[in-house]
Amino acid sequence: MEKDKELIPHLFRAEYSKITAVLGKLFGFDHIEIAEDIVSDTFMLAAESWGQKGLPDNPVAWLYTVAKNKAKDYLKRNQLFSDKIASKLKYNSQEAYEIEIDLSGKNITDSQLQMMFAICNPVIPAEAQIGLSLRILCGFGIEEIADAFLTNKETINKRLFRAKEKLRDEHIKIEFPDKDEVTSRLNTVLTTLYLLFNEGYYSLSQNISLRKDLCVEAMRLTYLLIGNETTNQPTVNALLALMCFHSSRFEARLGQHGESVLYEEQDTSLWDDELIARGQYYLNKSSVGNAISKYHLEAAIAYWHTIKTVDKWEHILQLYNTLLMLEYSPIAALNRTYALSKTIGKEAAIIEAEKLRLNGNYLYHCLMGYLYSGVENECAISNFEIALKLTKAQADKIQIRHYISDLKN
Amino acid sequence: MNEFSLIFRNEQNPDVQFSPEQMQDILKQWRDWMGGMAAQNKLSNPGNRLGFEGAVVRKNNIVTDGPYAEIKEMISGYIIVKTDTLEEAIELAKGCPVFNAGGCVEVRSVIPMAVCEGTVS
Repeated sequence: MEKDKELIPHLFRAEYSKITAVLGKLFGFDHIEIAEDIVSDTFMLAAESWGQKGLPDNPVAWLYTVAKNKAKDYLKRNQLFSDKIASKLKYNSQEAYEIEIDLSGKNITDSQLQMMFAICNPVIPAEAQIGLSLRILCGFGIEEIADAFLTNKETINKRLFRAKEKLRDEHIKIEFPDKDEVTSRLNTVLTTLYLLFNEGYYSLSQNISLRKDLCVEAMRLTYLLIGNETTNQPTVNALLALMCFHSSRFEARLGQHGESVLYEEQDTSLWDDELIARGQYYLNKSSVGNAISKYHLEAAIAYWHTIKTVDKWEHILQLYNTLLMLEYSPIAALNRTYALSKTIGKEAAIIEAEKLRLNGNYLYHCLMGYLYSGVENECAISNFEIALKLTKAQADKIQIRHYISDLKN
Repeated sequence: MNEFSLIFRNEQNPDVQFSPEQMQDILKQWRDWMGGMAAQNKLSNPGNRLGFEGAVVRKNNIVTDGPYAEIKEMISGYIIVKTDTLEEAIELAKGCPVFNAGGCVEVRSVIPMAVCEGTVS
């Protein structure tokens, strides 16, 4: 029975997203809530029925059958059928009621990919794209999404409601983009998957297993794109490589109390060699063609971080130079300065850091605290004290207080 | 925020040959300088380096080999930076590795295209 308790939430997430994608595709955004309700009802019934009678022999087949029947019943009963869907089936036959709901592996994958393109649409804000992806493509509960975003259920419900409304208003169809559109549409999808991964990797949420799940889901969806011939593009492979390299340090970068452990202080034996090897595989796959994306550069930076030798910093510095020329971001500017301190020393890096004009940025003051440590400890302490005021995360506060007390002794 | 073009002027000296290590070192100086400006979010456009091969086209289809005969110095490339003032752009130019090769940097304000069109019409 213990095993069952673990099985149901796992099944729920995996199968919820699959069935919702297929039914959602069938109903369109106009009636996406109906699809979601049918799937929720199915799982409710499963929880009740399996609780009483025990697990069926094939739980997945059970879920598919029930979901199919519920969907068919709904279509038969509801006007929706005659208005929207029957019009498409009119020419088929007299037996138009025998509508086919295809829950084959191929149709599930296709539907999920189409749903991914539909949700990752710039007409809705990035946050809403991530929220909807978590709900529809990953089967996360509203509470889990709220937890990941450090907010409450009402906020998430509102956000998802507005997003679906907007997708309806804009007549966004759940379909695969045209061939000549794929690359540009893919960029939006990749941005969302990248943010989804970062949400898990850099989140302040104390819920470690939830954060891991976010990373795993982002990787699963990216992998889904690699499985499709049209979307298996170099940038997608670069993104997956980046995710593999980063995840390889997931355990090592988390301290006992959920605080982040600085790269230098990580126990390298905790790095996951298998994920590093996978990252290398996808990085190789990504290096075809001429286009170099920020994912390529970030994956290459992450690759060098998995190398345990010292002379990697010059490579990392040059990659950050290129990345910043391609696209500025404060975090890349700060990381470049860290790499600079590794190649030309802390004193010279301080001069460069002061030019960044990032006063008031939590990570900037952490970096300055680090750079001044051992150079001018008074300045190090005052920067760490500013950082302390800027962060709300308890784990980070503990960490910084620790640095300050070390400097004072 | 205004834009300024940093134009690199250099003298071509065919007698100077750099070793691969020297080339690597020059490349690093340029990349670090550009990366430093990009890290300050002041690099607007990484521009282009210009080769020594070229020609000058004048009125009446007159094409000459280039301005080499008249002036020794030639433009070897440009980038565009974004700063509030000319003084700030000049500060950035002071770090340019072109000085190591005896060159200089010309700092010029960039006139947005829309303004150009406006003045013409």
